[in-house]
Amino acid sequence: MRMAIGARYDASAGRADVDPSAKVLPARRPGEAVAAVALAGPATVLLLLLFILPVAAIVAIALTDWQFGTKSLHFVGLANFEGIFADEAFVASLRNTLVYVSIVMPGTVLGGLAIALTIESGGTLRDFYRAIHFLPFMATLAAMAIVWEALLHPTIGLVNGTFAAIGLPTANWLRDEATVLPVLAVIGIWQNLGFAMVLFLAGLKSIPQDLYDAADIDGADRWLDRLMTVTLPMLGPVAMFVVIVVALRAFEVFDTVQILTRGGPGHASEVLLHTLYRESFEFLRAGYGAAITVVFLVIAVTLTLVQARLIDKRVHYQ
Amino acid sequence: MAAISLHGLSKHYGGNPVLDAVSLDIEDGEFLTLLGPSGCGKSTLLRIIAGLEAQDTGSVAIGGLAVDGLRPKQRDVAMVFQSYALYPHMTVAANMALPLKMRRLTPLQRLPVVGRLLAGTKAEIRQIEEDVRRTAAVLEIEHVLGRKPGELSGGQRQRVAVGRAMVRRPSVFLMDEPLSNLDAKLRVTMRAEIKELHRRLGVTFVYVTHDQAEAMTLSDRVAVMLDGKLRQVGRPLEIYADPAERRVAEFIGSPKITMIEARVGDGGRIHVGGRGLAIETGQQPDTAIVLGIRPEAFTPVAAGGQGELLAGRVRLVEHLGSDLYVHFDAEGQAEPVIARLDAERAPHVAAGERIHLAVRAERVLLFAPEGQRIRTCADQRAAGAVVDTRVAARRGYAR
Repeated sequence: MRMAIGARYDASAGRADVDPSAKVLPARRPGEAVAAVALAGPATVLLLLLFILPVAAIVAIALTDWQFGTKSLHFVGLANFEGIFADEAFVASLRNTLVYVSIVMPGTVLGGLAIALTIESGGTLRDFYRAIHFLPFMATLAAMAIVWEALLHPTIGLVNGTFAAIGLPTANWLRDEATVLPVLAVIGIWQNLGFAMVLFLAGLKSIPQDLYDAADIDGADRWLDRLMTVTLPMLGPVAMFVVIVVALRAFEVFDTVQILTRGGPGHASEVLLHTLYRESFEFLRAGYGAAITVVFLVIAVTLTLVQARLIDKRVHYQ
Repeated sequence: MAAISLHGLSKHYGGNPVLDAVSLDIEDGEFLTLLGPSGCGKSTLLRIIAGLEAQDTGSVAIGGLAVDGLRPKQRDVAMVFQSYALYPHMTVAANMALPLKMRRLTPLQRLPVVGRLLAGTKAEIRQIEEDVRRTAAVLEIEHVLGRKPGELSGGQRQRVAVGRAMVRRPSVFLMDEPLSNLDAKLRVTMRAEIKELHRRLGVTFVYVTHDQAEAMTLSDRVAVMLDGKLRQVGRPLEIYADPAERRVAEFIGSPKITMIEARVGDGGRIHVGGRGLAIETGQQPDTAIVLGIRPEAFTPVAAGGQGELLAGRVRLVEHLGSDLYVHFDAEGQAEPVIARLDAERAPHVAAGERIHLAVRAERVLLFAPEGQRIRTCADQRAAGAVVDTRVAARRGYAR
């Protein structure tokens, strides 16, 4: 990200320096145009094949009643979109996904920041703490989900056992409509925490020591003052990046749901990607599934655009 | 009043000594420069004075009070960093206001919205803004108060850094190579401005640099540091004309001083190769001795002429308008020698030709092979003259 910022900065500086007389360019030779096409060609072809064509295909399929495997299909206009927004299951899954993201994103960002600050301020065993916090991100979530299932088991699980021992209420965490989504969100936070932490640690490392020295001289030498004067503002660009990336990852939640709850009980833990998977690959309603994909794509692309825009505007730290 | 007194300061980093028993008294209102090559410990010394680092042994007193163990903000010092260390997310005005806010507002009053509602905050903030504006006016940076550091030129950033240090009227200014990030032309301008700032504020300045020109032009006194030790403290001219040891003589002065191995002969004369030089050394005959000859102490003579000391083939001639720098391979010397000659009076020399040079005996500095200075009778007379000029200079300074 830093490189991108630097490049952007340089590019704008370079633009400002352009001499107006430079507009009068010598006429380009035809060879140059050929070379340009040849150089940009492979990337264009790949982009077309791997991104633009599939997206176009999805949008096209979303406008039909195609069932996966059948030979006939009919154009149905926006009927699929009307269908999904009238479908209680889809609306529940969209709402659940938003709730999930709104727990996981702040939880991960604040937790990751807190862990990064703690590790950075502590003297010993930094590498050890960094490693153990990063492990969940590296581990295969499918395998870890089984561990979580055992921990959350209503009768023999460690969680209920511990809660009962210290007098807290117990629950059937994954089978209760009230708890299933928050519990999945906690697992989501646990999984992404290490990722956010590593990015924040990198951000903390890049803050020049001089700024802390200046803050000491200026009198901002208490922990909170240093945090507010130097650390948090300097982490701004990293934090923005972490927020967007974690939000995107949270929107993509699928494996824990598929392994632990399959969207249940009822639709209480149904999320976008799981609904999409079920409609497309279990019920084989390709047109319907494609419409859900389009909704998902709109959300993902919007987030990415917001990120690009904000980073453009907010990074002025050179 | 803020005289600074350093006593027996030592500092190690992981077993490597960085400062070795440094003691120094800096007068109130003095401009003292710590001069030395990179890695000599001068920045560490400055950071210890500021309170950013703790010494292993020794003590620091500012204004007669021991400040060991006090945090930087309790020491009433301000510092300008080499990188300027401006807060990039704040405007220039906010950068300059920060030290005042930290001192004049309570933690509650500094809270973003709530603080403004507390009694007295608004009046205090208005006063801070007024102080910032006044300082900015002095430094002629009023027009950039609303901008962020990233939008400023190097010179403007430098002024903002000075402004942030100045705004709360500290009794000591610490500057860590503040000009080294500027281009050569701007450096000369800013040098003059710093000198003017010191004259106007009248507070103690401690200035760290590796640039002799800055040290020579700015300072009341220069403290030369080498390998973590304070080698010599004195007025700029004194350091140049009367260095305490060989390494100080070699560090100060550009082009570098020429060092020639010689032996003391009969009657106090000195033998260099086959030639002699009449200097009263006060040393036993046949002692090894080192002659230090500044480039401007050479005078051209005819081949075999009176007083000829060195001769050799010219490698390079540099014309600097008023002066000529002649680089030549002197016979019997391992390293090339540089002589600085008066361009109008020097004979025409070109690369490849031979040149013959005499040396003014009274300008020769004598050193023992181990590096200590050996003072001759003539030196002691000259030292007296330096003291006279110092008194005169101080009178001029006071006026």
